[in-house]
Amino acid sequence: MRALLQQLILGLLLGGLYGLAAAGLSLVFGVLKVLNVAHGELIMVGGYAAFWLFTLLGLDPFLALVLVIPLTAALGLGLYGSLFSFVVRFDEETRIKNSLLVGFGLALTLHALAVRVFTADERSVTTEYGGQTFALGGLVVPVGRLLSLGVALGLIGLTHLYLARARWGQAIRATAEDWEAALLQGIDVRRAYMAAFAIGTGLAGAAGSLVIVGYSISPAIGLEWTLKALIVVVLAGLGSLFGTFVGGLVLGIAEAASAMAFGGPYREVVGLLIFFCVLLARPQGLFGRS
Amino acid sequence: MLEVRDLHAAYGELRALSGVSLRVAPGEIVALVGSNGAGKTTLLRCIAGLVPARAGLVRWDGEDLAAVRAHRLVERGIAMVPEGRRLFGRMTVEENLRLGAFTPRARAEREATLGRIYETFPRLSERRRQFAGSLSGGEQQMVAIGRALMTRPRLLMLDEPSLGLAPRVVESIFRVFADINRGGVAIFLVEQNVRAALALAHRAYVLEHGRIVGEGRGADVLADPQVRQAYLGPLAIAR
Repeated sequence: MRALLQQLILGLLLGGLYGLAAAGLSLVFGVLKVLNVAHGELIMVGGYAAFWLFTLLGLDPFLALVLVIPLTAALGLGLYGSLFSFVVRFDEETRIKNSLLVGFGLALTLHALAVRVFTADERSVTTEYGGQTFALGGLVVPVGRLLSLGVALGLIGLTHLYLARARWGQAIRATAEDWEAALLQGIDVRRAYMAAFAIGTGLAGAAGSLVIVGYSISPAIGLEWTLKALIVVVLAGLGSLFGTFVGGLVLGIAEAASAMAFGGPYREVVGLLIFFCVLLARPQGLFGRS
Repeated sequence: MLEVRDLHAAYGELRALSGVSLRVAPGEIVALVGSNGAGKTTLLRCIAGLVPARAGLVRWDGEDLAAVRAHRLVERGIAMVPEGRRLFGRMTVEENLRLGAFTPRARAEREATLGRIYETFPRLSERRRQFAGSLSGGEQQMVAIGRALMTRPRLLMLDEPSLGLAPRVVESIFRVFADINRGGVAIFLVEQNVRAALALAHRAYVLEHGRIVGEGRGADVLADPQVRQAYLGPLAIAR
């Protein structure tokens, strides 16, 4: 029983990162109707940014967020301008198909570049709090991962506040609901797309920085994170960032439970099973609007 | 103020507008009537920059709008209430209205405009915290009109504002149009409710198969036997 609870706690902590990873993907998909399958590679890039900032400058991964988020958001602006701005000119159905092609190309490119520049080695950082844990009723909670969960939730809260209150945040929400109606209010829809995409990549970069706190990264992690994020987006549905975060926690816990029940190799299966079942039973997702 | 000259537009192979010319002067109410599929909505969307023109000219205060991106029309004083209202259903009534004041020019007067809209539509003030998607059709149309007014337009284009509304509600929103116009805003009204539109309008155009086939003062167009036969039914001639 204790072993199970222990695994569930670790699953919950990982699930927070799934939630953050999915939030960026969900925002971009909800606003631009573009599925960026290179989202996981952007998480990988964010992870490397935090890794090198730590290794070369000794900058703590949590502090590095202040640099990594703007850097990856700027990368997002560049990618939007050079690749995705052409995709959003099509109607919505064509957008998704084209974005898949562009996204896969980008994912392969970023992966290959990372192998060449960073080598295929697994990287991780050793922080002072990295090995620290505290006991919670006989269970062990790693401090770094718990902080990561808190920061992930905080970032989601900030993004939510921005979308709810800020002038351009509201413009982004309006564009997500009905871009033509947004245009008729004088909103520069392309700029709203660009802003949403940059926020999405910034969140991916943040997720990468948090991944390096408790886990390791390599150039190959992108696909895995894209898959997790996709599963969470389907599970949670579009339209609520906190719903997405909860979806991430659910996936993390479900993975841990199935690893305990059926053994480690089955961890990945449960996510895809959830994916399948949600699409069959509730296609709009747990928290989504039909 | 608004001048459309020899405008052509098409969806793929399907020709929607074949050489439409018209104008709207400051402070005028102009109605555009015509049957389903005549190209009325296309014409409005073309003026608003949502559908590209194949040929022809749309001019606003003498400026050719072909080179102006669609969202920039709002700061120039052109607002449109699209067909089906197109509210942001997951936002509250007040969020919808405030989004209308997105451009800096409109934002400077936002609170004052908002106050006036709540005076015109007290019902919206009561429901300001409700999601726009939860309102009745008539209330949604009020929000759509209010949202367009929040942009502080000089020209208000309305696409089928009476569609799906009860006759009593239609009557009251048409009274509001007259009020808005008395405030100095020109109105370009596309309507299937020909009688109401022509009664309100100073001038009117009749659009058929993408061409203007008639124009004149609203009352004259309404009296035209052909118009009466085509849009008000065969019995209308006898009256």
